[in-house]
Amino acid sequence: MTEHEYDVVIVGAGGAGMRAALESSQRAKTAVLTKLYPTRSHTGAAQGGMAAALANVEEDNVEWHVFDTIKGGDYLVDQDAAQILCEEAVQAVLDLEKMGLPFNRTTAGKIDQRRFGGHTRDHGKAAVRRACYAADRTGHMILQTLYQQCIKQDVEFFNEFYVLDLILNDDPQSAEGKDVAVAGVIAYELSTGQIHTFRAKSVIFATGGAGKVFKTTSNAHTLTGDGMALALRRGIPLEDMEFFQFHPTGLAGLGILLSEAARGEGGILRNSEGERFMERYAPTIKDLAPRDVVARAMANEVREGRGCGPNKDYVLLDLTHLEPAHIDEKLPDITEFARTYLGVEPYTEPVPVFPTAHYAMGGVPTTNNAEVLRNNHDTIKGLYAAGEVACVSVHGSNRLGTNSLLDINVFGRRAGIAAAEYALTTEGYDLPADASALVSDQVEKLRATVGGGGTERVADIRRELQATMDRNVQVFRTSESLAEAHTLVGELQARFKNIAIHDRGARFNTDLLEAVELGFLLDLAEVVILGAEHRKESRGGHYREDFPTRDDKNFMKHTMAYKTKDGIRLDTKPVVVTKYQPMERKY
Amino acid sequence: MTATAEAPTKAGEVPSFDVTLRIQRMDPDGTPDHPAGEEYWEEFTLTMHGTDRVLDALHKIKWDVDGSLAFRRSCAHGVCGSDAMRINAKNRLACKTLLKDLNPKRPITIEPIKGLPVEKDLIVDMEPFFASYREIMPFLMTSGPTPERERLQSPEERARFDDTTKCIMCAACTTSCPVFWTDGQYFGPQAIVGAHRFIFDSRDEGEWDRLEILNDKAGVWKCRTAFNCTEACPRGIEVTKAISEVKKALNTGAV
Repeated sequence: MTEHEYDVVIVGAGGAGMRAALESSQRAKTAVLTKLYPTRSHTGAAQGGMAAALANVEEDNVEWHVFDTIKGGDYLVDQDAAQILCEEAVQAVLDLEKMGLPFNRTTAGKIDQRRFGGHTRDHGKAAVRRACYAADRTGHMILQTLYQQCIKQDVEFFNEFYVLDLILNDDPQSAEGKDVAVAGVIAYELSTGQIHTFRAKSVIFATGGAGKVFKTTSNAHTLTGDGMALALRRGIPLEDMEFFQFHPTGLAGLGILLSEAARGEGGILRNSEGERFMERYAPTIKDLAPRDVVARAMANEVREGRGCGPNKDYVLLDLTHLEPAHIDEKLPDITEFARTYLGVEPYTEPVPVFPTAHYAMGGVPTTNNAEVLRNNHDTIKGLYAAGEVACVSVHGSNRLGTNSLLDINVFGRRAGIAAAEYALTTEGYDLPADASALVSDQVEKLRATVGGGGTERVADIRRELQATMDRNVQVFRTSESLAEAHTLVGELQARFKNIAIHDRGARFNTDLLEAVELGFLLDLAEVVILGAEHRKESRGGHYREDFPTRDDKNFMKHTMAYKTKDGIRLDTKPVVVTKYQPMERKY
Repeated sequence: MTATAEAPTKAGEVPSFDVTLRIQRMDPDGTPDHPAGEEYWEEFTLTMHGTDRVLDALHKIKWDVDGSLAFRRSCAHGVCGSDAMRINAKNRLACKTLLKDLNPKRPITIEPIKGLPVEKDLIVDMEPFFASYREIMPFLMTSGPTPERERLQSPEERARFDDTTKCIMCAACTTSCPVFWTDGQYFGPQAIVGAHRFIFDSRDEGEWDRLEILNDKAGVWKCRTAFNCTEACPRGIEVTKAISEVKKALNTGAV
């Protein structure tokens, strides 16, 4: 075992983690622990753009962006947080440009902007060009630029370190008002199998999402909700986990993301009759309605028999009316995906698409300064979260496209500053002598299953979990589907106790880590399902066929899920409303 | 054309076939049959489908046959750069290479990328590769006061270095280079691509700092224009062209 000591430890090196590191490392001794090399992080897979009311190509302003974000989130957004997100957006984009990010340019040499779903002029009148972009590689450019700046600033990375435990000085479910603080994290080094303890005055979780709960997903294999699950296991609540975004245009059967920018640039969704069906669902902005609206419309077309293909199980994204040169300039990567993976030529053929699990709106609850909440009022001193792992909540029940690349920059920066400034004011807390016991025990127990009596395979349980979630907890949900998922996940959790892995080795034992990650997914699936069962209304990304309308009287509040010794306990947290009272959501 | 129900349905038609993967293995901890560090070949025959990629086959082995098989992967659609490997003697991304495009009637050979130390099976030590990248100062360098708004750049100026911004640092180019295999000092093509991205960026003022580094004995003059790098790049970057543009800048003194 090796012991380390830092002022600030950042867990995760995607956009949020590296943006935090750039701030924190200027102010305090900082380490970034990441289970992937930083440039492998899934920020790099984001495509379409980053929202900011720069007004470089047409009239726009912060207030319209705030309104769109709140309405897009179906009024579950904390409005003070949305105000911060949109106000700081302009500077966040300019900061990236000054770091060297190669945005596409207007003929005048300014950052170019394009249309995206749910972003409108003057409170819904028409689509507005708000997304700052670099072809369909905006996330790639952000990840590369932040990594380059980290090299410039000599940020200290611990690559391929898996953080497997979070150490606090006290139980976060202690009475309100009591001081609970972070002490550090425990990590497993992939290349050696060694356990490392990191004492830290501040810890920032920037571990990303949990899309691998589902089978059909745009998410990387590594997006297993590690930070969310670690927090939950240590008694920290998770907020709004029932809200998962299904991105409308995943490559059919594969789930690989095709950016909404395809529709921003003029692409049209069609059903088996060749009809532009979004005209019926969102007469004003049609194909550029928010993702929840479009995904539901697509699933409904398929359900009513207007799907395409031999099994009538997808719809078509039509780009054939666009000039090939325009496609090459603005959408080069996604059209290559269609060619590579489906053998479809987007110049001349429409692309088969269907919704794919994309983004967790919920996560670890935080304040607007990225401080982690342990209940509705108290923060955990020294613990921060930013990016998809966190729930501020700026996305409410449905995130607008291009608001997540914005989120990681705005709240990553805030987390880095807050964590470093706090670390400079405290001595921190010592790790207990047995701080790594839980992780060592977990690792040794898994190793002992090699050739032991376990009869269950990790891959089988994972496949069943993902199939169950796709079947029961996707775009359409009912009390029956959720009850079935609830039962099945419970059975899978029981079977998980009886797994056997293959690899006993110390070095690069990815077999062992896949088992650990499956444990995270099982814990999180349960919280998603319980939240969805409890929320007997339809709002944003959560649609209950048995309760098809929004119910502000009973459910305009955040869900808070606590893991206790008696199982998951659900509670609520009020939504912060400043100036926009809930209205009917039409596009 | 108009989208109709008769539109292509390739996603729905997935024939299955048997394929054999011949994989180079190495376990640093040793196995009952192979001492620690020994490299050996192991064959797996699998039933796969028409839309499956090499990565799907590797997962099938890992998940259903032998969990100890070690390889890196993450995004699984060619943008994160984790799973570059040598497939039928060519560097490719496992997640971007369809089995049906490899003639599955013959065994498919899979080895780790060459020129970096093998750590376990298909995993190599990437640190020397990233160290070369760090050496070329891969960040925007400017002087003078920071402007309030964005620095202006015309679409033409932006297009000048577009190709090299696509790099995902998978190391397919560098580890396909015969000079890199034999000369441990050479930065390799990726570091030159990384430098090119800034040298030809109109906003950057550090071009001569970088060109001086690349003019070094470990630098750009080591390139023998074998074109392996250009063929290997899964992002379609014209690597050899980028290297020749750097050479030209050094020869002419003009960027």
